Amino acid sequence: MSILINKNTRLLVQGITGKEGSFHALQMIRYGTNVVAGVTPGKGGEWVLDGKVPVFDTVKYAVEATGANASVIFVPARSAVDAIYEAGDSGIPLIVCITEGIPIHDMIRARQFLEQKGVSLIGPNSPGILSPGESKVGIIPGDAAVRGNVGIVSRSGTLTYEVLSIFQKNNIGISTCVGIGGDAILGIGFSDVLQMFEADAYTEQIVLIGEVGSREETVAAGYISKMMTKPVTAFIAGKSAPVGKRMGHAGAIINGDADRASNKIEALRAAGVHIADHPEGILQFLN
Amino acid sequence: MKLHEYQSKAIFSQNNIPIPKGRVAVTAQEAKYIAEELGGKVVVKAQVLTGGRGKAGGIRLAKTSQEAEELATQVMGMEIKGFPVRRLLIDEAVSIAQEIYLAFTIDRSLRKPVLITSGLGGINVEEAARIHPEEVHTLVIDPLSGLHVYQAHDAAIFLDLPHSHWKAFVEICMGLWKAFLTTDSTLAEINPWVITDDKRLLALDGKLVIDDNALYRHPDLMDLWDIDAENPAEIEARKYGLSYIPLKGSIGCIVNGAGLAMATMDLLTFFGGRPANFLDIGGGASAEKSAAALRLVLGDARVRCVLINIYGGVTRCDEAARGILVALAGLDKNIPIVARFAGTNAREGNYLLSRAHIPTASTLVEAVQQAIAMVEGAEGEHPHQ
Repeated sequence: MSILINKNTRLLVQGITGKEGSFHALQMIRYGTNVVAGVTPGKGGEWVLDGKVPVFDTVKYAVEATGANASVIFVPARSAVDAIYEAGDSGIPLIVCITEGIPIHDMIRARQFLEQKGVSLIGPNSPGILSPGESKVGIIPGDAAVRGNVGIVSRSGTLTYEVLSIFQKNNIGISTCVGIGGDAILGIGFSDVLQMFEADAYTEQIVLIGEVGSREETVAAGYISKMMTKPVTAFIAGKSAPVGKRMGHAGAIINGDADRASNKIEALRAAGVHIADHPEGILQFLN
Repeated sequence: MKLHEYQSKAIFSQNNIPIPKGRVAVTAQEAKYIAEELGGKVVVKAQVLTGGRGKAGGIRLAKTSQEAEELATQVMGMEIKGFPVRRLLIDEAVSIAQEIYLAFTIDRSLRKPVLITSGLGGINVEEAARIHPEEVHTLVIDPLSGLHVYQAHDAAIFLDLPHSHWKAFVEICMGLWKAFLTTDSTLAEINPWVITDDKRLLALDGKLVIDDNALYRHPDLMDLWDIDAENPAEIEARKYGLSYIPLKGSIGCIVNGAGLAMATMDLLTFFGGRPANFLDIGGGASAEKSAAALRLVLGDARVRCVLINIYGGVTRCDEAARGILVALAGLDKNIPIVARFAGTNAREGNYLLSRAHIPTASTLVEAVQQAIAMVEGAEGEHPHQ
């Protein structure tokens, strides 16, 4: 099975009439995701993607009409935080935000709002969630993975696809792949996803893909040593990254020692996590 | 975007935070005039966007306006950690009774703003927090309700401030919080904030770091952007939406996605190569963007070979290949290139490059090893070009 999403996921796409939104909505439908609605303010009443998906003006109407229980956001950065609030206010329990570049102060307030509502947010700047054979929410290439027992949680997009393609070549399948996002302020973190994998009967081993910046991996190490029984393998990108420079992702910047790849690796290793030197190196630790 | 000390202090002042009297000088003569205005005894401070200015001799005390002119001449000619000094802040000199550290920043793990205070003013707060954690006080702020007066009182108690200073301290905390929010800063720091011998409270030094993602709604702050302080190649990259960071190695890297770009650099290092740069061309990169990326990378004279690693998702490998071929056609440099395409339209991308006799690799490891071999070849006595 999977975590976060499955066959019963009824997905709403915010920004479905935009270039990215419509392209990826189609990819998700082709993969088998149940895309039940789209939202674009001002375009309510239209039908898109060969007349298969109804468009609503607001998330509230879309949820009432279709029973959507997850939303994916493809709205441009300047209006994405509004889209997050709207989804959070509608009663939808899971929001996946693909958009990159939301201002930090907007995001910390939105996150607090969602926490008080009990809504889970994946992202922003997330590639989404892929559960082979179940559902795909976001932009992870669907053909990159087959079903299996490895759970993946990552802060990156293309690096995750790289790992997925290595797995596929070596006949390793995955239960769910979750991209928690590359921005500075994220919704759920590594530890939250690890907890879900620990509880998921179909996930037998976990791969964590981290990078420089933030204490996300260090916090995860603490969680792993205390709470996890399933084996975890990690790859941390950015060992050669300079200090004080933003490495593409808004969240990938070394501001202090704790942000360095080496410190994260040390913390994870101390928690009993296998450390891969490079993406292909992950293979040797998997069963 | 980092703001200079003088810019940050001007914003502090607009938010009712008292700062020393002072002005910016761009010539030594101007420094002298300002010093005269301020009564002769001044501090000459280099305005560069890096720490450790004091240690580098970029902050000097002058007793007379004559001395201010001499010191200004010296400091103006300096380069601090690679940053040439182009402006000086001439501030009145004050006698300090007590130094305090005060800052708002964002705790990324908590996903909340925090107020950090310490009685060890003028310090590197991170280092202090490591060595004397009991001397650094962190107060978590609710993002929705903001900073409250009682929290500023908590900080005052931690700092052991006499009651007579509380009112002024609360005003400074509130002012700094307001500056932090209204400028969309990720760091608003006063270091040190001082109590002078004559019982004045002044923000002696400080900085603001503005969230780049929020700059679009601060045209006034965009005007403060010090373009001189940035690497021209990084500015050029920004024009095309590329994130580019020059490093010191010889293998130029062009990758899509930040995580994959870092992993590619790491893998190069792991196999004994040295990356010349970090370059993320982003998602859905066009041929034009790929071409700009290659021109940027080849603009670095240290580059002996280029490694291109594209995992096509939203980005199409054939588009990337077209961009590379266009850029190469317009250059007379002959630098070896190896490309590795995977994902969307990888086959088409490989076909386009192989037709132009550019080698392609099927895995990342293979590409990295080929790039390293190419550099070794290029550094040999008889390069094959």
